[in-house]
Amino acid sequence: VTEVEQFLFLEARLADEGDYDGWEALWTDDGVYWIPANGDDIDPTSQMSILFDNRSRIALRVRQLKHEKRHSQNPKSRLRRILGNVEILEGDPSGAGEDAVVGANFIVYESRERGTTIWGGRTEYRLRRVDGAWRMARKKVMLVDNDRPLATLAFIV
Amino acid sequence: MSTSPAATVPWDRLIEPDRVHSSLYTDPAVWEAELERIWYRTWVYVGHESEVPEPNDYVLKSIGPQPVIMSRDRQGEIHLLLNRCSHRANLVCDAPKGNSSAFRCPYHGWTFANTGALLGYPFSSGYGGRELKSELGLARVPRMDSYQGFVFGSFAPDGPSLAEHLGAAAGEIDRLVRLSPEGRVQLSAGWLQHKVRANWKMLLENETDGYHPQFVHASIFAVADSGIGELYGEKSTAVCRDLGGGHTENDLRPEFRRLGEPLRWFGTTPERLPDYVTRMRAAYGDDAERILVEGSPHVMIFPNLFIAEIQIFVLQPVAVDETVQHVTAIQFAGAPDFNRRMLQQTIGSVGPAGFLLADDSEMYERNQRGVQVRRPEWLVLKRGLHRERLDECGHTVGDATDEVPMRAMWAHYRSLMEDRR
Repeated sequence: VTEVEQFLFLEARLADEGDYDGWEALWTDDGVYWIPANGDDIDPTSQMSILFDNRSRIALRVRQLKHEKRHSQNPKSRLRRILGNVEILEGDPSGAGEDAVVGANFIVYESRERGTTIWGGRTEYRLRRVDGAWRMARKKVMLVDNDRPLATLAFIV
Repeated sequence: MSTSPAATVPWDRLIEPDRVHSSLYTDPAVWEAELERIWYRTWVYVGHESEVPEPNDYVLKSIGPQPVIMSRDRQGEIHLLLNRCSHRANLVCDAPKGNSSAFRCPYHGWTFANTGALLGYPFSSGYGGRELKSELGLARVPRMDSYQGFVFGSFAPDGPSLAEHLGAAAGEIDRLVRLSPEGRVQLSAGWLQHKVRANWKMLLENETDGYHPQFVHASIFAVADSGIGELYGEKSTAVCRDLGGGHTENDLRPEFRRLGEPLRWFGTTPERLPDYVTRMRAAYGDDAERILVEGSPHVMIFPNLFIAEIQIFVLQPVAVDETVQHVTAIQFAGAPDFNRRMLQQTIGSVGPAGFLLADDSEMYERNQRGVQVRRPEWLVLKRGLHRERLDECGHTVGDATDEVPMRAMWAHYRSLMEDRR
C-alpha cells in the first residue's frame, strides 16, 4: 500500500507543479483520463463529460499545456492538493500481473488571478506494473460538484 | 415619472455606432434594465423538445436568472412553468430532469400537474369551502413557441411573434437540421455548465467574433495542426453577417464551397462516415453533396442561443458580472456514426477543461477585469467599417475578421433599451 501511495503522491505532485512531461510519462500506452459530468457513472460514449481523453488526446492536452498560448494555464495556476482515504479496491497491490484499482479522496487548492478555487472529489486509478514501475492505465476524477456550474479548470486535476 | 429601469440609463451616450461604454458590462442599473427589456420581455431560448421526448418528461431550464420547468404533459404538449409554489413560494421541482405527471411542493404538500394546474392541497377544509384550484396554478411563461423543436419563451404577453423575432436566423436553424438524414436534431447528450466571472455580453460578442480565433486558440491550432485558424484569417473568403434582430453569424460557406469537399467543415471525409453519407444521399438526393460541402451554421441567435456547427451553447446571465454557459453536443436523428464523433470532438473542445473554451473563458474574465480599469472607458467596434457591404438578401456583411456582428448586436440592443412601448 505504501508503494502505491507513493506513486499517487508522485502523480499529484507532478500535476501540482505543472511537470507535464513527467506526468505524461506515468501513463500506459492505453491510458484513459476521464472527468465525468452530471454524476459519476455516466456513459461517456453517449453523454457529455468534462474531459474524456484517450492516450493520444492526453498527449495533445500535454502539448497544448506546454504551448505559451494556452492562456487558461499561462500563467499556470498555483496548485497544491491533498490525497487521503487511499483504498485498494481491486487487484494486487504488489503488482504481480493484474491491474490494481485504487481509490482516494482529494482536495485541490487552486490560486490564479481569478481568485482561489477549492476543488474536491474522489479519484479512481487503474494502476499497472510496466517494466517494474507503476503506471496509470486509467484515472477517473469524480468532482463532488460535477453536476453544477464549474469555473474553468484547465490544469491537470 | 417612469419607474422603468431602462429609462434611468442614457443609452445614446453609452452606445455609439463604432464604440460602446465600459459601464454597459459593469453597471447594476444596466443589468436591471436588461432584465426588464431583454430577459423578461423578448423571446429567449429555453430548451429543445428532444430533451423531453416522452409524455411526463421534464427538465429544469432558465430564462436569465429565472428557473423554468419545461414539461411535456400526458397529451404530448409542452409547457413552460415557473418553479415557484403558488402558496408560500417554495421551489416545487429540484431534480434537473425526470419523468412525473405532477410536482409536489415539499413545504405543505400542494400538488401541481405538469400542465401547471393545481391538483390539490392537504386539509382543504381550512379554506372554508373556497375552491383554490382554478386560481392558484403554477405561473406560466406568458408566451411559448418553438421552431424546429427549439422552444422559446417570452415574459411579454404580447409582442412580435417568434417567427418575426427569428427572421432570417430561422434559415440558419433550417441549415442545421438539414444535416440530419431525418431532418431533426436531438439534444440528448446532457449539458456542461461553465461558470465565468464576466458579463453575458462578453460571451455574446465573442461567439461571432471572427478576429479572435487565431490568437485565443493559437495553442490548440498549433499542436493539433488545425486549419480552422485560416478560416478566420485575412485571406479567408468567409464573411460575417448581420441577420437582423441582433442575430449574427460567421458564414464559412464561401471557404467550404471553394474547397468543395464534403465534410471538410467537420475535418473528415465521406469514407470515414460511410453510414451517415449513405443516409444523407438517400434522404436528400442530389442536394446531399451541397449540404455536406457547406456544413453547419455558426450563428448567434439573440440573446442566448449560439449554434456553433456541432455544439449548442446557451448563455445564462446570473448577475451583472457572472454568466453560466451551458453547452452540449448536437446529435442528429439518423446519424449514429456521426453522433459519436461529434460528441467526442465536443467533449474535447468545450466546457471548463476544453481545448477551446477554457481559453475563451479566460478571455471573458480578463475582459471583465479590464472594463473596470478607468481609462480609456470605451470598447472599439470599428473593424471593417470601411468595407461593410450588402449581400444579395440585403444583409450587411463584412470580411471574416470584421466587427459587423458586434455593431449589429449593439444597434439591436439599443433599440430594445430605448423602446418607448
